[in-house]
Amino acid sequence: MGIPVEQILVQTVNGLVNGMILALVASGLTLIFGIMDVVNFAHGDLVMLGGFVGAATIAATGNFWVALIVAALVVAVFGAALQMSTLRPLLGRDPLTTILATFGVSLVLQKYALWQWGPSARNLPEPITGRFDLFYLQYPWYRVATAILAGAMIGALWLFLKRGTYGIWIRATTQDRVMASAMGIPVPWVHTAVFAIGAAMAAASGVLFGPLGGVTQTMGADFTLRAFIVVVVGGMGNLGGSILAAIFISLLEAYAALVVSPAQAVIVSFVALILTLLFRPTGLFVPTPK
Amino acid sequence: MLSLTDVHTYYGKSHILHGVSLEVAPGEVVGLLGRNGVGKSTTLKSVMGLAPPSSGRVTFEGRDITGLPPHRLARLGIAWVPEDRRIFRLLSVMENLRTGLDRRGVDDARRTRLLDKVYAAFPVLRDRRNQAGGTLSGGEQQMLAIARAMMLEPKIILLDEPTEGLMPRMVSQIREIVDMLHGEGVAILLVEQNVALTLTVSSRVYIMEKGVVRHQAPAAALRADQAVIHQYLGV
Amino acid sequence: MTRAPSHRGYWIGFGIVVGLLTIAPLVLPPFWRRFVTEILIWGLLAMSSDILIGYTGMVSFGHSAFFGLGMYGAAAALLTVKPPNLWLAIVYGLVGAGAVAVFVAYFSTRLREIYFGITTLVFSQIFYVIIFTWTDVTGGENGLTFSQPGLGLPGLGSVPFTPDRLHWFVLAVVTLSYLLLRRITQSPFGMVLQSIRENEPRTRAIGYAVERYKIVAVMLSGLFAGLAGVLYAIQNKFAAPDFVFFLVSGEVVIFNVMGGIGTLVGPIAGAAFFLLVREGLSRYFEYYLIPVGIIFVLMVIFLPQGFLGFLRRRLNQ
Repeated sequence: MGIPVEQILVQTVNGLVNGMILALVASGLTLIFGIMDVVNFAHGDLVMLGGFVGAATIAATGNFWVALIVAALVVAVFGAALQMSTLRPLLGRDPLTTILATFGVSLVLQKYALWQWGPSARNLPEPITGRFDLFYLQYPWYRVATAILAGAMIGALWLFLKRGTYGIWIRATTQDRVMASAMGIPVPWVHTAVFAIGAAMAAASGVLFGPLGGVTQTMGADFTLRAFIVVVVGGMGNLGGSILAAIFISLLEAYAALVVSPAQAVIVSFVALILTLLFRPTGLFVPTPK
Repeated sequence: MLSLTDVHTYYGKSHILHGVSLEVAPGEVVGLLGRNGVGKSTTLKSVMGLAPPSSGRVTFEGRDITGLPPHRLARLGIAWVPEDRRIFRLLSVMENLRTGLDRRGVDDARRTRLLDKVYAAFPVLRDRRNQAGGTLSGGEQQMLAIARAMMLEPKIILLDEPTEGLMPRMVSQIREIVDMLHGEGVAILLVEQNVALTLTVSSRVYIMEKGVVRHQAPAAALRADQAVIHQYLGV
Repeated sequence: MTRAPSHRGYWIGFGIVVGLLTIAPLVLPPFWRRFVTEILIWGLLAMSSDILIGYTGMVSFGHSAFFGLGMYGAAAALLTVKPPNLWLAIVYGLVGAGAVAVFVAYFSTRLREIYFGITTLVFSQIFYVIIFTWTDVTGGENGLTFSQPGLGLPGLGSVPFTPDRLHWFVLAVVTLSYLLLRRITQSPFGMVLQSIRENEPRTRAIGYAVERYKIVAVMLSGLFAGLAGVLYAIQNKFAAPDFVFFLVSGEVVIFNVMGGIGTLVGPIAGAAFFLLVREGLSRYFEYYLIPVGIIFVLMVIFLPQGFLGFLRRRLNQ
């Protein structure tokens, strides 16, 4: 191949950065699916919502980090309200209904964003300006910071799940909702809390992504689709799997972008999905069940 | 303390319980016998809010608990040990215990006491406390299921076929555990296929057939009454 | 199980509706004339989707792929073969949609429920990306424009389509499709599909080759959806990638649910309702989809049988 090594290395870095953001989005999605069997079609729109709320907060306060926190909190509360009003009544029903309901919510959110914030993209300012020399490029520090932050948030989630009472509640409810309830765990509230956590992570991704790609109301569909692919490839409900899958797919796309246009590079992720479904439907990064 | 009055329960369209009535007094060990499929497990599930009755009433300590969600009942003092144990396979033994232990109002001293009590009764759980629940043997899982229920400090335990699938030598272990719990004043509603065990540990026994309670008697009386045993349990 | 009533009342109602639709172009102003034709086309698409969602119980977000390929297939015929031939356009479109349907059908036998749904969604997107980026062949973002073929029979010459004639042609195609689909869904084959929806393991246990039924259902669904795409291309004289984007499939699913899945007629009514509401509301409130979307979510929760199901239950009481 006639592609210089430096380009490949730069794309590796890009792939990792994109992968971490995608991992943050996908973690929430897979957590939600694992615990309540809900395929949240509106997840990408929560990313979008986070981005817009973040943009509005920056406009009001001028501070990116405050905006990150505010967006996560606002969307978490919204997510909790959403889950309680539309998803709780559907618990136990045909899974088709939750897909339809979240699809409807997605539509409403997109049009609402269009109404409130207009059709043009918002570009969030980078909180960390400054570049460093990465081979032939002036690479933004912010991109590296994003990857580290996303990683930190996922790490915090991991720790939360592994230690502490609430982590045990969440894991127990994910494994056996009925028995968890019989042990006194308030399952309906655990569901709401997990949805809120997933929403918060999605919102944070939206704010982090803001300076990189801008915030528009159509970005939701794109994030939802990619998050779905990651979650399926990683194994639905498998947190570690989604993180690995997110990085894997983002790297593949980044490398593909060296050869084809970025718009066409996404086909790589589609192919990855189809191959996974054909040959290892439980997920590429899931150990083969014994 | 616990009473069911004319409880009817359905699974979808199947009418499983046709008016079950029974009672358990505080601290009492009551047996529930019957052939496979008569509705014994469903009776326990109807109490626990897992198969809510379509009619009839369940009361606990004077209060109507019919159809309440399981997590409320656990907090009221009713613990359920299901037929298939339902250990949280991916949680460690310790974490399994914590699903019942991590409650409001239990200070560190009480936590330690509860854990020590359970480890004394089931030493193997202490040895395996950091192992995943799914790696335990069948007998160990049964012990864990009971220990987990004990973490709730319940007033009554709904014990569903604890000896099922266990080796004969473990059956006597179950008997010792039930005796120990009885000694601490915990009431037990015991569903079992093992008639001999049930008659040994219970003070009273109900016998079910086709979704209703057909016979009730003190265990002592039943031990002598082979005819009834043969009629309803057909061994 | 849903069976449409086959008594006289039904056929009288049917006749009235078809009659009204036939005279519609003669009494309506041009805009509404076109509008009714479009409702028919989307109704056909919604019906095809109902075969999968309502009758076989398979969620599919892939109908935009079938529709789009029918559209582009027709475009291919109308652009490459001179003079533009109506029947060739239909054939090309059906072949295009059919090819996609074969792939989707294969996956339908290997995947359950949501995985199948996600895959169909991804399929739509694959085609969207290919069509969007392969500008040389597909016109990319701008799509393709072409001229309308005439309504002709080989050997008898052809007559150009006026909006009226086009409407009647579409009406004829949609009506025939409806009757055919109705026949199929009420046949033993259709009953098996419904039983797959209600309890797949049991259907398999009884001895039915579930995979084969699913494949046929997907092929049927795909072909009729492709046919709708061909009609759309003929009516509007253009093909655009927007229609292949998976959100279009989502809208179709909305028609189905609002009208009532598993009824064939319901989805058409749902399409009509949705399009009318869109027309009506969009004049007053540009973001009409917000209340419509909320209503849709409420319907999913409280009225899962859709309007038709709700009416049917009311009428039965």
